[in-house]
Amino acid sequence: MAEIQSKEGSGKKKKGGSKQKKISVHVDFTPMVDMNMLLITFFMLCTSLSKPQTMEISMPTNKETTEEQQTKVKASEAITVLLTGGDSIFYYEGQPNYKDYTSLKLTSYGPDGLRAYLLKRNIDVVDKINELKKKKEDLMISENDYRDEVSKLKNSKGTPTVVIKATDSANYKNLIDALDEMSICNIGKYAIVKIDKADNFLINNRESKGAYSTKFAN
Amino acid sequence: MSKVKVARKSTRIDMTAMSDVTVLLLTFFMLTSTFVKKEPITVKTPGSVSEIKIPETNILQILIDPKGKVFMSLDKQADMVNALESVGKEYGITFSPEEIQKFKVLKTFGVPIKNMKQFLSMKAEEQDKILLNYGIPNDSTDNQFKVWIKNARINNRDLRIAIKADQSTPYKVIKNVMNSLQDLNENRYNLITSLKNQSSAKKIKQ
Repeated sequence: MAEIQSKEGSGKKKKGGSKQKKISVHVDFTPMVDMNMLLITFFMLCTSLSKPQTMEISMPTNKETTEEQQTKVKASEAITVLLTGGDSIFYYEGQPNYKDYTSLKLTSYGPDGLRAYLLKRNIDVVDKINELKKKKEDLMISENDYRDEVSKLKNSKGTPTVVIKATDSANYKNLIDALDEMSICNIGKYAIVKIDKADNFLINNRESKGAYSTKFAN
Repeated sequence: MSKVKVARKSTRIDMTAMSDVTVLLLTFFMLTSTFVKKEPITVKTPGSVSEIKIPETNILQILIDPKGKVFMSLDKQADMVNALESVGKEYGITFSPEEIQKFKVLKTFGVPIKNMKQFLSMKAEEQDKILLNYGIPNDSTDNQFKVWIKNARINNRDLRIAIKADQSTPYKVIKNVMNSLQDLNENRYNLITSLKNQSSAKKIKQ
């Protein structure tokens, strides 16, 4: 490639019977390789290949909303998840029960923990979405239709609403993990809400195995 | 002068193929990678299954280190200048053109506004060192972080807010930042995460 056989000019080699002088023009590519290697090294060190991922969330507004404006969540649909330090995670269904400490259940971030529970609660939607996914893979519905259907399903009536509350001892990873579970379990309605005293009471009560509530009752 | 002629063999290796390979690699790296932004602190973002890529322009990045220090970066220099001027106005500080010029080229900023002039008069290496000790004040008594966000938003409505925090950051710190954003009615923002391996996410029972 880099060798050009020129038929003119004064050559050094003489071949066969041809009287014409041939010159082979070798272009030395070594410096070129050197330079390229240098550039590659530079690019490998100064750039990152992976672009960071992002998670889009929308938070509830801080504005005072009147009672009518607030959408009340049905107790049967509500799940409250409490994130605490030490990577532990609690949840309760519906209204909190301050008297019975066992109403607050301990779970984990693993696939058998919160995810298994949420999938069980959201089984209808998950099944329908899986069906849709299959349809999409078989090219029966378009990408856009799929997306519309999924969002409609996620926000349909009767799907669980998850309220995520994190204590100060929880860390950022816990929050992201919890949000991740929401997207894995196809939960459309969830919110990050500030923790209040009642929730702290529940956690303390659970940790003291009910001693807290009896103390307060007396 | 010996009469025996030693046949000289050329030891040249054809580098053309090698060159081809390197050029190919170089092209690959140039096209697929993005430049690493210099950040004052190294932040290990938590893994997530989210696959949405972050947009490249109009990003207001909030960097939070595990101790709770807050830094900010804007990707457009014009936004940086506007933000500095309007924040300065709010605190009654005017910046000289030289100071604005120096501010413009900063990758990340995060010093209390009263230290800004002093900070901008330093050399770049000193700035990097000292930046670690500062961070934008973000507490209820002196919430300069809120002022920065507000002014950056006023100047460019299309800005998207992205929070990049270390995975070990206590929630208390995150809550503080989120509350400040909530006060400003910024309810939609992005949390920057890195990609988690999908195997665990795919374990969903079918």
